[in-house]
Amino acid sequence: MSAADETSRLEEHFDRTIAREQRIEPRDWMPDGYRRTLVRQISQHAHSEIIGMQPEGEWITRAPSLRRKAILLAKVQDEAGHGLYLYSAAETLGADRDELTAMLIDGRQKYSSIFNYPTLSFADVGVIGWLVDGAAICNQVPLCRSSYGPYARAMIRICKEESFHQRQGYELLMTMMRGTPEQRAMVQDAVDRWWWPSLMMFGPPDHDSPNTARSMAWKVKRHTNDELRQRFVDMTVPQAEALGVRLPDPDLRWNAERGHYDFGEVDWAEFRRVIGGDGPCNARRIAVRRAAHDDGAWVREAAAAHAARQADRAGRGAAA
Amino acid sequence: MSGELTGGTSGGTSGELSGGTSGGATGALSGGVRASWPLYEVFVRGKRGLNHVHVGSLRAPDDETALRHARDLYTRRNEGVSIWVTRSDHITASSPDEKDPFFAPSGDKVYRHPTFYEIPDDVPHM
Amino acid sequence: MSHDNPYEALGGDGDARWAFGTGFTDPLAGVDTTAPAGVDGGDLAAYCLMLGDDALVMSHRLQEWCTRAPELEEEVALANIALDLLGQARLLLARAGQADGGGRSEDDLAFLRDAPDFRNVRLVEAANGDFARSMARLLVFAVWRLALLDRLAGSRDPVLAAVAAKGVKEVAYHRDYAAGWVVRLGDGTAYSRERMKEGLAAVWPLVAELFVPHEVELRLARAGVAVDPSQLRAEFDAVLDQVLDAARLTRPDAARPGEADAAQEGPADAAPAGAGGRDGRHGTELDEVLSVMQSVARALPGATW
Repeated sequence: MSAADETSRLEEHFDRTIAREQRIEPRDWMPDGYRRTLVRQISQHAHSEIIGMQPEGEWITRAPSLRRKAILLAKVQDEAGHGLYLYSAAETLGADRDELTAMLIDGRQKYSSIFNYPTLSFADVGVIGWLVDGAAICNQVPLCRSSYGPYARAMIRICKEESFHQRQGYELLMTMMRGTPEQRAMVQDAVDRWWWPSLMMFGPPDHDSPNTARSMAWKVKRHTNDELRQRFVDMTVPQAEALGVRLPDPDLRWNAERGHYDFGEVDWAEFRRVIGGDGPCNARRIAVRRAAHDDGAWVREAAAAHAARQADRAGRGAAA
Repeated sequence: MSGELTGGTSGGTSGELSGGTSGGATGALSGGVRASWPLYEVFVRGKRGLNHVHVGSLRAPDDETALRHARDLYTRRNEGVSIWVTRSDHITASSPDEKDPFFAPSGDKVYRHPTFYEIPDDVPHM
Repeated sequence: MSHDNPYEALGGDGDARWAFGTGFTDPLAGVDTTAPAGVDGGDLAAYCLMLGDDALVMSHRLQEWCTRAPELEEEVALANIALDLLGQARLLLARAGQADGGGRSEDDLAFLRDAPDFRNVRLVEAANGDFARSMARLLVFAVWRLALLDRLAGSRDPVLAAVAAKGVKEVAYHRDYAAGWVVRLGDGTAYSRERMKEGLAAVWPLVAELFVPHEVELRLARAGVAVDPSQLRAEFDAVLDQVLDAARLTRPDAARPGEADAAQEGPADAAPAGAGGRDGRHGTELDEVLSVMQSVARALPGATW
């Protein structure tokens, strides 16, 4: 059998596994493109969790009640955990976390553009929980059925924790809306600033998303960007009404014929600008991550050196 | 959030896998000190009466720290569970498809993970 | 749960294994909060503030590591420790507010007091410095607090006893975490060893104060409610020496024989009575902590969170 025949038979087997809704596991044969797509998707997702610690993390020390402080600290801690689950999944594909981190901090790999927007008040903590985590849930719940086993399993765990994040965000906003007029204004201001970036989280429109078709065929991705965006809008509008805030879109209205809300056009030029590195906080976010990595190098080295010395001592002890 | 950056991110993915598996998991001190820590696999007994189940991996400089990190990461502050950790490179794994006629040597690259994942009982639809 | 329906993912399944950190209810629910007979409410409140402020300010300094830790696994660990201490602070501040009859909440006490009203030891307010210095400080703090809480678990005050019993398990973990790092850095590379030595030296001048009893502590200790911190020094030294020995380090004062003994005997030299954090005497570093911690709460008086 020729190598080409062999590859095509492996590919057939791979395709059948996917078609039967079975999971691909780490040591299975898989097409290079599938592996590359997954490594890119999972590592970008991991980077997003880690960079995503920053906008909210800035408010932990300033949280205005001890209960909110504890909730926010636990939430940001969860995000570190999510990043670790995802790097762990990426490592099953042969990627190395150090290399992925290097690609993040030298700009070769991206993270979700939403985290390049600044958090200007404590209301942003609530709005990020409600809108940003809400959008993330819409994106991520289908990924619990991703064809790649380790990714799907990581996502199940992450989605459970994200739902807690969204609830705490919404609850903070409800509390603030019951507070002073100044607090209500803070919430509205935060919604005005985060609404459109949240819609951008679903990625470019389908006609401009070249990789979607292949990712869907591989069942790495389960719904198109526009489908998920619509689902998010439909889910969020009644929540906004219950909260008593206005979503900043004059074109937003129920379309009985479609059974969905119509909404205005996202500013895709802004999306491309922010993705391309020209958002309000891109440089700062990367600088913080790079500083942590660089400043921690001597600590990681020391731990490795100590472990090696311990192993050496144990080895000598055993030999003696 | 994940694969939704397609617009601006094409390229930059080549080389991600090149040598990604070369010795990254060893943490050995060859010449200079390698700052990266070896990979550990984590197994958790969720409650009494259940088997330990593989839950993921993490990096740690040594066994004791790996256990500590595993507790922090995979069970957070939940007491009363049992955790096993082992260096990933200490695991010998069969190939999932080894009896399958379609299995080929090219599929036998030793990636860092064992293949005997189990899904906990409380995870639906898997 | 259908994974296609985001609403269902939001459903309130009570599986605490997944939804970490949701147990934020009234910290004193269900605990008998009557002050023990013969104990002055003002004294009890002052004592709760001391231990509560220690935990609150130490937690704040650990929170500052968030997004800056040397490795992602350490982010999770440091946040855990900060959360534990924040939990202890909330219980103790709530108790303080209740014991003095003034009706102040944990948040009133955390956000509306000025620096001179804080009762924490100076050790916790000092800036983090690098990771070695932070670990030196955490080790000193945890070894000391563990010895204290261990004894406090037998307090006649049911709330303090309950807080201490819970805290012992937590702080034992903090101590082991910090000890692990002090050993790894002390016995790591030449550079880390240097950093660790410097970190210990920077923290050391703040150690003596930990063992100087305040009159409130002495009164309450006699009443079987509090712990006299001067009783903790021997245990502290023994544990610390054990860790430093494994790290191939020595106590910064070990080179000067006699000084450790002097500290053990009393407040004579380093921290004279009446001049410490327990009396509200703080460095400018506490002002920095509070200017951040209280900024939002104070900018919006009357707001609800």
